Amino acid sequence: MDMPDTVTSTEASATGAIDGDYDDAIDYYTPGDPLVDMKAPDGPISERWQNRKFEARLVNPANRRKLSVIIVGTGLAGASAAATLGEAGYVVKTFCYQDSPRRAHSIAAQGGINAAKNYKEDGDSVHRLFYDTVKGGDYRSRESNVYRLAEVSTNIIDQCVAQGVPFAREYGGLLDNRSFGGVQVSRTFYARGQTGQQLLIGAYQAMERQVAAGTVTMYARHEMLELVVVDGKARGIIARDMVTGAVETHLADVVVIASGGYGNVFYLSTNAMGSNVTAAWRAHRKGAYMANPCYTQIHPTCIPVSGSHQSKLTLMSESLRNDGRIWVPKNQADCDKDPRDIPEEDRDYYLERIYPSFGNLVPRDIASRAAKNVCDEGRGVGPEVDGVRRGVYLDFADAIDRLGLDAVRSKYGNLFDMYARITGEDPYSVPMRIYPAVHYVMGGLWVDYDLQSTIPGLFVTGEANFSDHGANRLGASALMQGLADGYFVLPHTIRDYLADGPFEPISEDHPAVVEARDSVKQRIEHFLTVNGNRSVDSYHRELGNIMWEYCGMERSEDGLKKAIDLIRGLRDDFYRNVKVLGTSESLNQSLEKAGRVADFFELGELMCIDALNRRESCGGHFRAESQTEDGEALRHDEEFAYVAAWEWAGLDEKPILHKEDLVYTAIEMKQRSYK
Amino acid sequence: MNLTLKIWRQPDAASKGAMHTYELADVSPDMSFLEMLDVLNEQLNDRGEEPIAFDSDCREGICGTCGLMINGYAHGPEVTTTCQLHMRSFKDGETITIEPWRSDAFPVVKDLVVDRGALDRIVQAGGYVSVNTGSAPEAHSVPVPKDDADRAFNVATCIQCGACVAACPNGSASLFMGAKVTHLGLLPQGQPERDERVVNMVAQHDHEGFGGCTNIGSCTAACPKEIPLDVISQLNKDLRTAIRHGH
Amino acid sequence: MKGARASRTTVALKLAMAVSGFLFVGFVLAHMYGNLKAFGGHDAFNEYAHHLRELGEPLLPHEGALWILRLGLIISLVVHVVTGVLLWRRAARARTTKYVQKKNSGVTRASLMMRWGGVTILVFLVWHLLNFTIGKVNPQGGATNDPYNLMVDTFDVWWMTVIYLVAMLALGAHLHHGIWSAAQTLGWTGTATKRRRAKTIGFVTALVVSVGYSLVPLAVLAGIITK
Repeated sequence: MDMPDTVTSTEASATGAIDGDYDDAIDYYTPGDPLVDMKAPDGPISERWQNRKFEARLVNPANRRKLSVIIVGTGLAGASAAATLGEAGYVVKTFCYQDSPRRAHSIAAQGGINAAKNYKEDGDSVHRLFYDTVKGGDYRSRESNVYRLAEVSTNIIDQCVAQGVPFAREYGGLLDNRSFGGVQVSRTFYARGQTGQQLLIGAYQAMERQVAAGTVTMYARHEMLELVVVDGKARGIIARDMVTGAVETHLADVVVIASGGYGNVFYLSTNAMGSNVTAAWRAHRKGAYMANPCYTQIHPTCIPVSGSHQSKLTLMSESLRNDGRIWVPKNQADCDKDPRDIPEEDRDYYLERIYPSFGNLVPRDIASRAAKNVCDEGRGVGPEVDGVRRGVYLDFADAIDRLGLDAVRSKYGNLFDMYARITGEDPYSVPMRIYPAVHYVMGGLWVDYDLQSTIPGLFVTGEANFSDHGANRLGASALMQGLADGYFVLPHTIRDYLADGPFEPISEDHPAVVEARDSVKQRIEHFLTVNGNRSVDSYHRELGNIMWEYCGMERSEDGLKKAIDLIRGLRDDFYRNVKVLGTSESLNQSLEKAGRVADFFELGELMCIDALNRRESCGGHFRAESQTEDGEALRHDEEFAYVAAWEWAGLDEKPILHKEDLVYTAIEMKQRSYK
Repeated sequence: MNLTLKIWRQPDAASKGAMHTYELADVSPDMSFLEMLDVLNEQLNDRGEEPIAFDSDCREGICGTCGLMINGYAHGPEVTTTCQLHMRSFKDGETITIEPWRSDAFPVVKDLVVDRGALDRIVQAGGYVSVNTGSAPEAHSVPVPKDDADRAFNVATCIQCGACVAACPNGSASLFMGAKVTHLGLLPQGQPERDERVVNMVAQHDHEGFGGCTNIGSCTAACPKEIPLDVISQLNKDLRTAIRHGH
Repeated sequence: MKGARASRTTVALKLAMAVSGFLFVGFVLAHMYGNLKAFGGHDAFNEYAHHLRELGEPLLPHEGALWILRLGLIISLVVHVVTGVLLWRRAARARTTKYVQKKNSGVTRASLMMRWGGVTILVFLVWHLLNFTIGKVNPQGGATNDPYNLMVDTFDVWWMTVIYLVAMLALGAHLHHGIWSAAQTLGWTGTATKRRRAKTIGFVTALVVSVGYSLVPLAVLAGIITK
């Protein structure tokens, strides 16, 4: 396809060569040309963003009201961009599937937001935040992007405070910070356990102010179902009004996708029920590359599944691991006993046993994998769901002895209450049960330094893009990235694209527009007329099980190949046998879900292919074939220091893999160890 | 558990609705209320009946999307959101009545789903601090007393679910407005627009057709985030001050 | 709603209702003080009634102060009733489809009776004025030009006393919620402590007023106060 902003480079292909020994996925994809980010600026890393901002062309204020922007998604990344572009004077349309933009799932983030303010004078700096983020991402992110993220992080805090975000403060009236996620400096700003909601309300209010000012038009309960690409450029979307069922055409000069992550491909995750990949996936099918789709973050301290009715998982703060001890019974026979009756010598504190120096505080992925292993061995605890007990104890008995009940209550009271409400058990007397759950995806649509995808005029922000977190995301960095993209990065980079305007208007009768609209209508029509005998949810649950089993915490060549077969079979069955009742002319939640699950099938397959290709363990991606003798993740920088950017080649066609080499000039790659 | 469910069904805003009765067997006490409805919907779908439409998203009590009138209580008998309500709060054999939020400002979209866009429009009327991106001063340039910051946070926990309106015998959204006005009014950043904010928000509230507050307190009893009635006092005080300032 | 007028809002209506309500609270307390003069006997009571008419003389004409007070009360009544009706109508329009099942948890019964309770008090007021002020109806057919005797004649009739006691119950309930509600509307209850205090004041005042007013008719019925 035509890509004016990316070039293929034959020199690069030599360094990114595929080593036959490692390529398990070769039967599943077509090797493509290497990919180079042409927007990546040169020069010292600390000057790159300043240079790019200066070089990005300006748009005359009078011209701005002739330029239109569509933003899909109103979470931190979408609402902040909408507010900022509206303030600048562009004509903005925003879309969300929720009934109000303030409900986007950014709202659920608990912990906090990082910023290199160094208010604690504890050695933090932009460079250290940059360093920690690249290292945390296991050296699989693009260093220029990460540096920029760290650089603008300080502006975010200023902006949010000015909006009235009620961050925690000290008695002197200044902002409080805490250390988060094992980082040694205190750089996390927080608003008790709901930093996400408070930041989102700030962005939402800023956007609503623009709605009142007339620069932003908000379309709630609208779902983007197709991207309109005209002459190789993104020029609009086809969206369905979820209340009336009307299939609407919205045209603009540029489209921004800020639709969040796709963790719901696993069915059970900490994502919202409606979180989906459709906007991103439709763009992918129209030519936007999908990068590193297999990078998934799994969080170890979630409340376990209580039965087959489970619809979603709830996260508890990782801080619980500071004082709680994780264990399972040594003997399977003890698994259904009251844990208080199991004597000390029959308990296996497996993290303390395997990782004596870090113990219960090993990183998220290690703790998660270890929990899965003991449950797979049949030593899990809690209710049996589909024949397996999936849960491990997180025991505060020692902490209560050591610190006293009141100290534990004051430190963890909120979390204990939440646990008690959901499970009906009292964690002060009975050990909590926890199990890992999918929490965040680092993969997403490929973007260049300007956050522009491989489709000119299509920009991607927030969790929907792949750019900043590499193979693993640090705690309190998701909020930072969403707001950095929306407030401070995109508004600068998008103007360079818009400076080419005003653009030629597109008619709703343009063949490309008609084609997009018709394809959406056909898809809807198909789902409503199959009239099979299985519900959408039952397919989604089965897909989730496959993904969790084979493309979850630990991936292997055999497992992934099996998963690909299973997904393909299930997808075929879905199209022939799904049962969607009702009509398309009104609110129809089954119909909405059918479209989302259909896209999850295709994404799930690509995730497995990506995981199969990456025969190394890095960050959230663990390949059974790539571990040290002690079971530690083993990276292979020689072979895999690249971004895997996948091009859609058509349904049942092998996707095309483009590799973007990762070059580090400001930081040295290191292998981690937690023994 | 076996349950009898009386549920409001209404095909769309224009049609008339009615209560329908469903029997549901083998409900686990560990299910959330919405998972119980998921199970019912799965059975309805299998029987060829259209599933019941209801709103939910995060299902962890923070997004404010869910909201049902359960046995006459907004969000059911516990102080929490509908999604965090579990079936262990009900008895085997119980009959449960489930209705949508009732307010003429929240028209029914379908079954149990209502349109709460009126609350967004109240925010548009003034529920913000006017600060363009990039124009903010350094965050530490304005200290905020900890007590004010904490109190602002406490009332900013409002999730805009609309339970206050649903529970209010007058159909007033005063608790929602009061929470926003108090949150922004407690902070130095919110002062310049304080008068216009309260006047414009209340005017929009009235325009949307919400009722006036008579300080009954049903709202705060139903609020899953336990926003106190203090915020309505603050709202009234701010409006009184605005009148004095000639607004 | 840019450029909206604060005085046109529901909150402004409530403010008017609160202020007029507080004027009534003052009136009711003063009136109760006068009623209790009945325990001082025929002359004390009539002297008080007579004195009211001479209040402010010679600066004001005869009954001048009384008419100023009456005028204030009439205006308050109009404001209180009109804002009440407007807010009642708004509330009715705010929820035209009723719940099949609706419960109110954590609220006082008094708070839910404000409107019908208010109507009850209004109806009583009309009767009360006919009885003692404008119409001067003596249910026993006796003289009406002696306030004390008229009162005793009235409350000697058991059903008159019952009507009066029911009205005082309604008034008590109205004040119980009304006083705290007016304080809240005026923005005086911005903390939990202030809120509790306002509710306590409301309850105590309601109790004092309803008991205070009930003492005289009960005493008449019991034969403690006689002609």
